[in-house]
Amino acid sequence: MQWELETIGVTKRFGPVTANEGVDLRVKKGEVHAVMGENGAGKSTLMSMLYGLLQPDDGEILIAGRQVHFTSALDAIGHGLGMVHQAFQLFEELTVWENIVMGAEPARRGFLDRRRAIASVAGLAERYDLKVDVTQRVRDLSVGIRQRVEILKALYRDAQILILDEPTAVLTPQERDGLFAVIRALRDDGRTILFVTHKLHEVMEITDSVTVLRQGRVTERMATKESTPEAIITAMTGRSVSLDVAKGPATPGEIVLQVAGLTVGQGPKPAVADVSITVRAGEIVGIAGVAGNGQSELIEAIAGLRPGSGRVTLKGRDIASLRVAERREAGLAYIPEDRAATGTAAGATAAETLLMGRQGDAALSRGGLLNLPAISERARRLIAQNDIRISSERAKVGTLSGGNLQKVVIARELDHEAPLLIAEQPTRGVDVGAIEAIHARIVAERDAGRAVLLVSAEMSEVLGLSDRILVMYEGRILAELPASEATEAQLGLLMAGRTGEAA
Amino acid sequence: MNMLNAYTVNATIGGMTPILLAALAGVLCGRVAVFNIALEGKILIGAFFAIVGSYFTGSALGGVLCGVLATMLFSTILAYGVTRFRGDSIVLCIGMNLLASGLTAYLLRQIFGQAGVFSDPAIAEVDRIVIPAINTIPWLGWIFSRQTPITYLSWLLVIVVAIVLFRTPLGLRMRGIGQNPEAATTLGIDVGRTRRWTVIAAGALCGLAGAQLSIGTVGIFAEGMSAGRGWIAVVAVMLARDNPIWAAAVCLLFAIADTFSVQLQAQGLPNQLTDAVPYVITLVALVIGALRGRRRRMAPV
Repeated sequence: MQWELETIGVTKRFGPVTANEGVDLRVKKGEVHAVMGENGAGKSTLMSMLYGLLQPDDGEILIAGRQVHFTSALDAIGHGLGMVHQAFQLFEELTVWENIVMGAEPARRGFLDRRRAIASVAGLAERYDLKVDVTQRVRDLSVGIRQRVEILKALYRDAQILILDEPTAVLTPQERDGLFAVIRALRDDGRTILFVTHKLHEVMEITDSVTVLRQGRVTERMATKESTPEAIITAMTGRSVSLDVAKGPATPGEIVLQVAGLTVGQGPKPAVADVSITVRAGEIVGIAGVAGNGQSELIEAIAGLRPGSGRVTLKGRDIASLRVAERREAGLAYIPEDRAATGTAAGATAAETLLMGRQGDAALSRGGLLNLPAISERARRLIAQNDIRISSERAKVGTLSGGNLQKVVIARELDHEAPLLIAEQPTRGVDVGAIEAIHARIVAERDAGRAVLLVSAEMSEVLGLSDRILVMYEGRILAELPASEATEAQLGLLMAGRTGEAA
Repeated sequence: MNMLNAYTVNATIGGMTPILLAALAGVLCGRVAVFNIALEGKILIGAFFAIVGSYFTGSALGGVLCGVLATMLFSTILAYGVTRFRGDSIVLCIGMNLLASGLTAYLLRQIFGQAGVFSDPAIAEVDRIVIPAINTIPWLGWIFSRQTPITYLSWLLVIVVAIVLFRTPLGLRMRGIGQNPEAATTLGIDVGRTRRWTVIAAGALCGLAGAQLSIGTVGIFAEGMSAGRGWIAVVAVMLARDNPIWAAAVCLLFAIADTFSVQLQAQGLPNQLTDAVPYVITLVALVIGALRGRRRRMAPV
């Protein structure tokens, strides 16, 4: 059998750490091949070697049966590889076509041949149904469109093998569906796609075969239709992880959070329109919805980060006019959507990050000076209690993986034992193993009698974790239903704003 | 008050040339994200070596070439400093500015045995080109006749820089490097090499600026004779957001302001006050530019 792309015993070490050990990858021409593994399993290292950014210490890489040695990404591009990185590599102020032809520009007598460049890029976009206005500036494009520009960049260089590194991490569900359509079109055209991810349902939906990595080694290799999500998870984590959230029935108590007639924004279509929510002690209320339907604005208005009109009461006290710090003091803990940008500061140490917002506590400061021994002591305790993998409390949090960083945020927020916990996308970009731990933690908070307001774009998370589900659509609460009665299909229709069909 | 006579207009345009050339140099460097604030020192080096070349070869062309080559060589400090040695451009440029003023004063003593100012009949000045057809026509002749070839070249270079930046593959790559050097690298563009050559080419422009200042205007060298022109060019680059056409427009504005201040002085205002006019205008322009920039950044929200 002739493989389109094959690695034989590829090994890569970084000092004492072995990132890849004896990796055999076999990819057929014209298939969508998933490369799965938890963070740190060696997916990125393997992809970097395939794309020429790193060189293997041992082993061989073969393309269409011929051994290759790449010394740079340019080498790899020359051999028909293309890669769409998780963090896009685009030029904001340049147009789409300029971004795409950069480095391989059509020229006439030394001048850029704009007409030819635009025509060839537009033709390519049309051929694979990648709807992009090639004369727009990248600055003005949404994330989904930017990703298409990245794909076009690879196709313009005639990539036969396309590596997509966690391509859906930043996409809305609609954008994801669009991407999958493009992937199918590329596959039908005979191109080969390496799909790097740790999202199971996507693997089941779009890929033809799967290679699973754990701790740098291949632990499983199979055709997607012959595998099961459980088998893949076991191969990824080395143990069986429950996909379902284990929790008993809720015992709702007194009302903790009451939002009445909250509106954010102005005009005929405000971001949040006249929303009323009640969350009781001991229950998890999940807000489902496609990203961008007002969930973020709603949460930010409750947390005090964004002005809104309406009443917000916490344990009977009106907090609508309070500032952020006062609201937190009144009993609100908040796990923000973007832990890197708003939840933490990359340059701060773990101890400082865990301190943030608590710097005025009598136990942690005295007379305007920080009590550093007490702060370190507390940080060490929280790190141990929350199983945060970090060298010491003095290490900077910017180096932590997504899951570990999220644990830091959760440790800080839950330490303050506030009666209300707001969790916004608590497991986005987090490993399967860590997701399980975070879910268990949120359920434990509920069982300890706290009110939890959860926002998630992952339907399975809302369904698994919530006791009651609210569906948000275009700034309004479209429906409320008990989680026990909700189905994925019904939620999907509601999230798309189709109330009639869902009933 | 007769501000607008043939002589002042002509001198205003000629006096603008060094600033314009330095600003074009700054625009090129800015496009590849090398913040070049060594323009002042580079002009001084160019001015000094133009005198050296002119004195020893007896030819103005020899002077210009000497000034240009010396400034290109001087620019390799920045060119290699920010690429191969990963230095900080601000620190490097401050060092280069200090080095330029010290080095030219030192060499002035070593080579010519002079301190402060050096003038000599052996220095060949750049000839001005008189265009007889328009020479005496008001405005047209004042502006376009009796300028040095360097001045005409500087106008041409505004167009050339604009075309290179916006109409050629090289310019596209330069703009790409300036915005996202990592992304440019992944597309196989040699960021370091492009930056080095851009900085060195910018050095050539500064060398021309210096030559215009010394042998194109007065035929002498004076210590510190760049007198802030390089800094005004830096401001022009910032106001123009690395656009060569706008940079030229800003330079023209500054030149007019400068002439205005000289004229005010002739009206009897104290020179300490009138000397401040170009700098006040610079300050006002910077503030306006900053406000405009802030509005633009805030607009999409």
